[in-house]
Amino acid sequence: MKYSWLEVFKAGFSGQKEWPAAWPEVSPKAAYDVIIVGGGGHGLATAYYLARDFPGTRVAVVEKGWIGGGNTGRNTTIVRSNYLWDEATNLYEHSMKLWEGLSGDLNFNVMFSQRGVYNLGHTLQDMRDIERRVNANMLNGVDAEIVSVAELKDRIPILETGKHVRYPVMGASCQPRGGVARHDAVAWGFARAAAKHGVDIIQNCEVQAMDIDGGRIKGLQTSRGYIKADRVGCVTAGHSSVLAAMAGIRLPVTSHPLQAFVSEPMKPVLHTVVMSNAVHGYVSQSDKGDLVIGAGLDPYSGYSQRGSPHIIDHCASAIVELFPIFSRVRLNRQWGGIVDVCPDACPIISPIPQVKGLYFNCGWGTGGFKATPGSGHVFAHTIGQDKSHPLAAPFHINRFVTGALIDEHGAAAVAH
Amino acid sequence: MFIIHCPYCGELRDEQEYRCAGEAFIQRPRLDCTDEQWGDYVFNRTNPKGRVLEQWAHSAGCRKLFVIERNNVTNEIYAVRTFESYKEQA
Repeated sequence: MKYSWLEVFKAGFSGQKEWPAAWPEVSPKAAYDVIIVGGGGHGLATAYYLARDFPGTRVAVVEKGWIGGGNTGRNTTIVRSNYLWDEATNLYEHSMKLWEGLSGDLNFNVMFSQRGVYNLGHTLQDMRDIERRVNANMLNGVDAEIVSVAELKDRIPILETGKHVRYPVMGASCQPRGGVARHDAVAWGFARAAAKHGVDIIQNCEVQAMDIDGGRIKGLQTSRGYIKADRVGCVTAGHSSVLAAMAGIRLPVTSHPLQAFVSEPMKPVLHTVVMSNAVHGYVSQSDKGDLVIGAGLDPYSGYSQRGSPHIIDHCASAIVELFPIFSRVRLNRQWGGIVDVCPDACPIISPIPQVKGLYFNCGWGTGGFKATPGSGHVFAHTIGQDKSHPLAAPFHINRFVTGALIDEHGAAAVAH
Repeated sequence: MFIIHCPYCGELRDEQEYRCAGEAFIQRPRLDCTDEQWGDYVFNRTNPKGRVLEQWAHSAGCRKLFVIERNNVTNEIYAVRTFESYKEQA
């Protein structure tokens, strides 16, 4: 069924109660051409673009829990493409362009709202970095501007721009096309669109072992039986090393908890996204009205989906100093997700040289959500053609042998 | 929040005084190794789920490095030991 105003109107006669399931519940078949491990945003996007751009390919997504139950449903939903280096900017800008038409492409409202993203500067060095990054963005055709304190005061009246605070705001960069999207809708939209193109979405199906013979992937042993596969793409974020161990390889990633929290819902008070790397906090207001606040990375590594309270304390102090009006807002929920951090704060989108037919898309670390459509698109083409998509080529895993790293620590919003 | 016993200071102190310095017992390869071996040593990590051996520094205390054996899913700490104690064991 194509969702449209006419369908909403017709469903009104039955009280909006008779909508069909968005995608069917299926059991695994005996064999597929491609299995995507991980039913988060990136995995579902990969499956969707594979099925759409390589018709006839039999594709399945296997997910150990439920669709979008991992980091896709745990992030702070920010979308931007203002990275520093050409390779990263091209990849994130490719994603941004896909975001701009995504609701139409998927026939599903992902509630993409280009409300602008501000990155604040608090020191002279911050301002030099901001200037450099804005210039780099403009050279790459990405919208970016430097905003003065006076202008910031005008655009975001509730932002504290006085000089009496510990780290006064000295200015900001702004990407007007940046914004937020509804994270659950992104997972559901991709799942529904992928299923429409014939992808089997198999939930509650955990991969337990990889069947590798003669340096080639043959299939996966899962909690729902053995599934034969010609090619396997792993998109499992914080658990990438666990999958890699099944293939007998190691990855240049380390898993860390990353925390976020939301407040009680309030009337509209903040119309844009404000991030500060120096005092460390970022905040936006969701359409529901709650403040969505992201904290820094917990410095220790691990897989426990919770972090330490002092990280929340540090972030909340920063937010309250930037927005004194929020000082008495009560927080509703706090949680942690497990992110896989790469040494250069850039992802790995790559075939695995040691195992033919095995591909990894991982290492997105603290900022993968914004890249969901672009990541899925270039990874789908990398798998479909067994050759890195031109935008994915710089993110080949071989860069950790050649040393051609892409140092994006400055543009990753979360300090590592 | 971890509360960690420093084997050198002999005190239980808050996590904020410490810094996790990654997997313990990583061996540096010989300098005539291949680029692959060097890349593996510099960048690749086992990053296991469950029981791990990590090196931590008491960075705001005695600044010494030591080893924590812990479960990185439940955050349970099994043992805190000096590097010397592993040498003696071997």
